[in-house]
Amino acid sequence: MDFDIIFGNAARAAFGPEAIILALAAIGLNIHFGFTGLLNFGQVGFIMLGAYGTSVAVATFGWSLWVGIPIGLFLALALAVALGIPTLRLHAVMFAIVTIAAAEIIRILIGSTDAIGLTGGPLSVSFDAGAFFDLNPYADGPQDRYGVGTFAFTGQQMWVITVGWVLVALVSLIVFLIIRSPWGRVLKSIREDEDAARSLGKNVFWYKMQALMIGGVIGGMAGVIDAIKTSGADPNGFRPQVTFYTYTALLLGGAATYMGPVLGAILFWFLREWIESFLRQLSAEAWLPGAIADFLEGSEGIISVAMVGLALVLLMLFRPQGITGNRIEMQLDAR
Amino acid sequence: MMLAVPALAQDGAEPGQTQLNGTIRFGFDQFFEGVAITVADSSGAEIGQAVTDTDGRWSVPVPGPGAYRVSIDTGTLPEGIRLREGQESLVDAVVDAGQSRAVVFAVGEAPKGTPFGERAAQTVFNGFKFGLIIAMSAIGLSLIYGTTGLVNFAHGELVTFGAVIAWYFNSSWGELNLIVAAVLTVIVCGMLGAGLESGLFRPLRDRRLGIFQLVVITIGLSLLGRQLVQLFFGAEPLPYRDFQVQERWEFGPWAVTPREVATIAVILVALVAVGLMLQKTRFGKATRAVADNADLAAVSGINVNRVVLIVWIMGAALAGLGGVFQGLDADIDPFLGFQLLLLIFAGVELGGLGTAYGALAGSLIIGMSTEVSTLWISPELKFVVPLAALILVLLLRPQGLFGIRARVG
Repeated sequence: MDFDIIFGNAARAAFGPEAIILALAAIGLNIHFGFTGLLNFGQVGFIMLGAYGTSVAVATFGWSLWVGIPIGLFLALALAVALGIPTLRLHAVMFAIVTIAAAEIIRILIGSTDAIGLTGGPLSVSFDAGAFFDLNPYADGPQDRYGVGTFAFTGQQMWVITVGWVLVALVSLIVFLIIRSPWGRVLKSIREDEDAARSLGKNVFWYKMQALMIGGVIGGMAGVIDAIKTSGADPNGFRPQVTFYTYTALLLGGAATYMGPVLGAILFWFLREWIESFLRQLSAEAWLPGAIADFLEGSEGIISVAMVGLALVLLMLFRPQGITGNRIEMQLDAR
Repeated sequence: MMLAVPALAQDGAEPGQTQLNGTIRFGFDQFFEGVAITVADSSGAEIGQAVTDTDGRWSVPVPGPGAYRVSIDTGTLPEGIRLREGQESLVDAVVDAGQSRAVVFAVGEAPKGTPFGERAAQTVFNGFKFGLIIAMSAIGLSLIYGTTGLVNFAHGELVTFGAVIAWYFNSSWGELNLIVAAVLTVIVCGMLGAGLESGLFRPLRDRRLGIFQLVVITIGLSLLGRQLVQLFFGAEPLPYRDFQVQERWEFGPWAVTPREVATIAVILVALVAVGLMLQKTRFGKATRAVADNADLAAVSGINVNRVVLIVWIMGAALAGLGGVFQGLDADIDPFLGFQLLLLIFAGVELGGLGTAYGALAGSLIIGMSTEVSTLWISPELKFVVPLAALILVLLLRPQGLFGIRARVG
């Protein structure tokens, strides 16, 4: 059992591109759910449109990546509007179900064989993200590694990570500023008591729509980073559980806080990868009975996702405010 | 289900060999042998040819990375099979050095001679059956919501659990007849429901957790349950041992298997029994009272916790049985229930939350629209129809088709 490798893997996941994508998705979701009280269960739809908008613009239409990225973000914005108009007046739970359904519709359409010519259908779409990596200041030879042990990245990964974390910091700062403003206080008042906000003359529907749009575009940014990181997109990567992982990260760090989503995303990937690496090392141990080793072999990923489910249950039971949150702000009984 | 998907693992391909490959198949079980594929470079000069093997696989090595044009000889496709509409017989593919690039040709059945009316009748029948399965699985979700206000996102996993437990009884533990296995499954699922209610959800109600926390807990349970099924049962779809191959009975335009008739009969009996129980018996009256107002029911001497417990047992048992029938219809895999969950939600909401007969009607509409849509659109898109219908109904009639208008938001 080599704990250097286990912790190295976990740290790489915690600071790598996956954590950045999850952090951005969670920051967007935090605006929906944490600050406005919208039960958006279709966050993956925004991520998916960000990723596919970028990929399809470059791969299918042959446009520049710098055109593709705004297209991805615009599609996420358009989804927010299209989704918000019919659903924002609904009961919270119905809103949750409709948002899941909408994200699934998009995924099925994108992944169908009828869409092969546009999105690649059930195959993934891939494009050349060279325009992004041309700006890479890190030396990117086959031997170049940044870090120690298994906690190391290639030059290309370093560039994605640098840009990604700067983006996370910028977005967090913007969210901090807008939530502290009078506009942000209206959002919170809608979360606490929608009717009270309405009776004070606030256009609740429009505020919710703005929150949905801003959070959706931030979700779209997560998709853009995902597309650049993998140089493409795959419909199977956008199943509903992505939204559930995002909730796990957000609730772990603390909903309705500024640093919660970022902290939660880092922790989520650290713990998930730690468990997976630990099990992988464990199943190779000689002293382990053969039956258990066989059972573990190849199941490490499945078990680590099962742990995510367990973590959600335990979090809600014992610490619904997460690590940094405020318990009072998580008492969302009204809806 | 009519698509040609690239082989997931490039069996037999040498590592590092730059090549184009693919599998010509229809659904998950028909692979076509002897289909000719030609690869040319971008100027049109032929590079190589291949003919699919018994597993429908083909591969053509190419000299290096670059763009190639792949064409399929449609004349070599078997009788009754042709390229899907919109699928060109000439496809461009770009391959990187040392990589295998999969090329897809979507093939499907050429329209058979079956008249439209007959196909329509058959899809209506399939939709009716599917709607009944949804309705039976939905009873528990709807009653649990009605009596406790809990929206159970793990309800789909109860359905999956039923299908999987029955599979184990049928194929592994004692190799029981599927009918015996189904009865045992109903008992096991009922016990699971009782355990969930008394071990988890009743204590949670006593702690007065918010609606959001409860929803997230059920999502966590759903994730956990699905992963456990994947861990023990595996991700590969598997069928039951019994009742797979059956002679079809002809009724006018319908050709139905005995197992489909049995499915419909059992579900109808179960639905009628539940309906009568809710309307005629003392327990039914108590259930409706709790659903109306749990506090008032409690002060008038109804044991609310006992009512909720029985509702959970019944709901979980019916969901499990729904899983058995769904598994009989399509094969069993860990996502069986979650896929059904969205349709169950759609059915319940379409009919109007908290209306028993509305939920039945809504489920039937969802089932029918799913199946009947395959007359016009590709079957892989059929789940889009009910989900879109759900959004549309909520847009036009937020209270559902049969619900009573209440102020929402």
